Amino acid sequence: MGNLLIDHYEAVAVILFGIGFMGLLLHKNLIKKIIGLNIMDTAIYLFLAAKGYIQGRLAPILVEGVTGVENYVNPIPSGLVLTGIVVSVSVTAFSLALVQRLYLKYRTLNLDEIMILAKKEKGADNH
Amino acid sequence: MPFVYNFPFFSIFLAMLAGIITPFLKNGKMAQRVSFVMIALVGAMSGILLFSLMQDGGASYTYMMGHFPAPWGNELRAGPLEALMALAFSLVMLLCLCGGLKDIFEDILPEKQKFYFIMINLLFSSLLALVYTNDVFTAYVFIEINTIAACAIVMAKDSGETIVATLRYLIMSLLGSGLFLIGIILLYGITGHLLMSDIQNQVVQLASTGRYAMPLTVVVGLIALGLSIKSALFPFHSWLPGAHGSATTASSSILSGLVLKGYIILLIKLFYRVFTIEVIRELHVNNILFFFGLAGMIAGSLRAMKETHIKRMVAYSSVAQIGYIYMGIGMGTGLGVVAACFHILAHAFTKPMLFATAGALSATRGHKKEFHDLKGSAYDNKLAGVGFTVGALSMVGMPLLAGFVSKLYFAMGSLDEPGRMWWTLLVLAASSVLNALYYIPAVIAIWTPVKKGADAPVQKVRPGLAFVFSVVLFLIANFALGVGFAPVIRVIESGLSLL
Repeated sequence: MGNLLIDHYEAVAVILFGIGFMGLLLHKNLIKKIIGLNIMDTAIYLFLAAKGYIQGRLAPILVEGVTGVENYVNPIPSGLVLTGIVVSVSVTAFSLALVQRLYLKYRTLNLDEIMILAKKEKGADNH
Repeated sequence: MPFVYNFPFFSIFLAMLAGIITPFLKNGKMAQRVSFVMIALVGAMSGILLFSLMQDGGASYTYMMGHFPAPWGNELRAGPLEALMALAFSLVMLLCLCGGLKDIFEDILPEKQKFYFIMINLLFSSLLALVYTNDVFTAYVFIEINTIAACAIVMAKDSGETIVATLRYLIMSLLGSGLFLIGIILLYGITGHLLMSDIQNQVVQLASTGRYAMPLTVVVGLIALGLSIKSALFPFHSWLPGAHGSATTASSSILSGLVLKGYIILLIKLFYRVFTIEVIRELHVNNILFFFGLAGMIAGSLRAMKETHIKRMVAYSSVAQIGYIYMGIGMGTGLGVVAACFHILAHAFTKPMLFATAGALSATRGHKKEFHDLKGSAYDNKLAGVGFTVGALSMVGMPLLAGFVSKLYFAMGSLDEPGRMWWTLLVLAASSVLNALYYIPAVIAIWTPVKKGADAPVQKVRPGLAFVFSVVLFLIANFALGVGFAPVIRVIESGLSLL
């Protein structure tokens, strides 16, 4: 338990991940689902950024006169965060485009209502 | 380094390149030709690579991207297993596209057809990357590319039903990739590496000293959970029947034959190359996969029995077949995983054939897909009827066909582990009976003659050249895997021993 108090960034990140995950899983509103997805991804980036930072060290950009490796933090976690952001932007854009299409077709953002409408439409096709 | 060792990189790059140039092509027909040439080239390269690796008595190697050494650079890894999977994936991809070619050009708007092929090319490159990568973060990036491309080929048939199915698929997939991402980030946190072989060294040390035991368990759980959601292991399969049942024929074939398998191959690679099978067994993660697999084998089949829609029935049968594969991985013995890998191939060569022939059969009845509409449809497209019958028998486990060999090896694998033998054999037998209980009535239905001039609009469809090519090759592959399985098993065994 003691670690939780010291690593509070990581603790917050994991809690946020849980909030985002449940949002994506359980919300009926499609836009809220996508917001949940973004909270989930952002939590992971917070976790990475917090893990990657070492107190007292510089960002990994060479400053004149300071050459030792021990003066800088490792650039890889930041690189992973950037890659992750690119991925989550594209996934979000794709989901939003899909949701927009569904809204134009069914005029609602509630997933349950959409499923009922889609089932009705399919039933109408068969008869 | 021999020149053939560049082939994994060339394959991934070629597939991406084809995806990039496709938007500039004139129409869907051109895009289709470019995709076909690319997939055939990748298949040929994988075949040559496999041959040369087996010539060297089963060799494997890691390939530095851009000659940057370990902690900075990215790496690929290829061995017999990877080359075999890449070869099988390219063959199946080509045959899936051929089998559903007519439906692609009928179901998708003409101006959007070339975009369908962009997605196919990207999907293919991400599958190859999942097979070949040696870096867990690269694996994550390509998982996301795979997700988007797979969702896009489902929604290509632009109807309300498919868009809803796509959205459900997308949500479940994103939950899976979120879990996978936090898993690898935690793993990076406790080991400090992203390349599989480096992580393995650290994991072995951590396991022997007992440090970070809890985080390691959580990591294995998160990664296994994430990948099993994405590969539709029971009880996370709720998205599969909708997505596979409503998409256009080629998309259904590709999704069930290839997309699910890409994630499973990655999971096997992670189990062997990152966590090592000893650690997995110690953490009992394989037991959980084993029981979910057994549950899926029964539950998927039971649900398929109730289904009256031909494509949804075949889709539910995929849930059962994925259960078989996870049962094999969950056995945690060498032979179990060999059987799982063989079943990946058997299923990849059978299920797309079932989807392609089901699509062709329903085309003879005005694209109706309920069984009572499909009565006697096999007489109007005999090749499709034969293909569906052979595919169904293979899934049931008829000797001389691919499905039989994997069942045989699953049963043999279970003998190594006396504690689980009865479970495995019992469920295997029960599941085979259940398979027969829904496939045989389906086969009987399509071969039941109906009186001409009944109310259903019957049209004789002359199968196109591409469709004939695809079904005939699928049939040959099924018999080849069912009769000449020994060399394939040998390749899988040597591939797994090198992992």
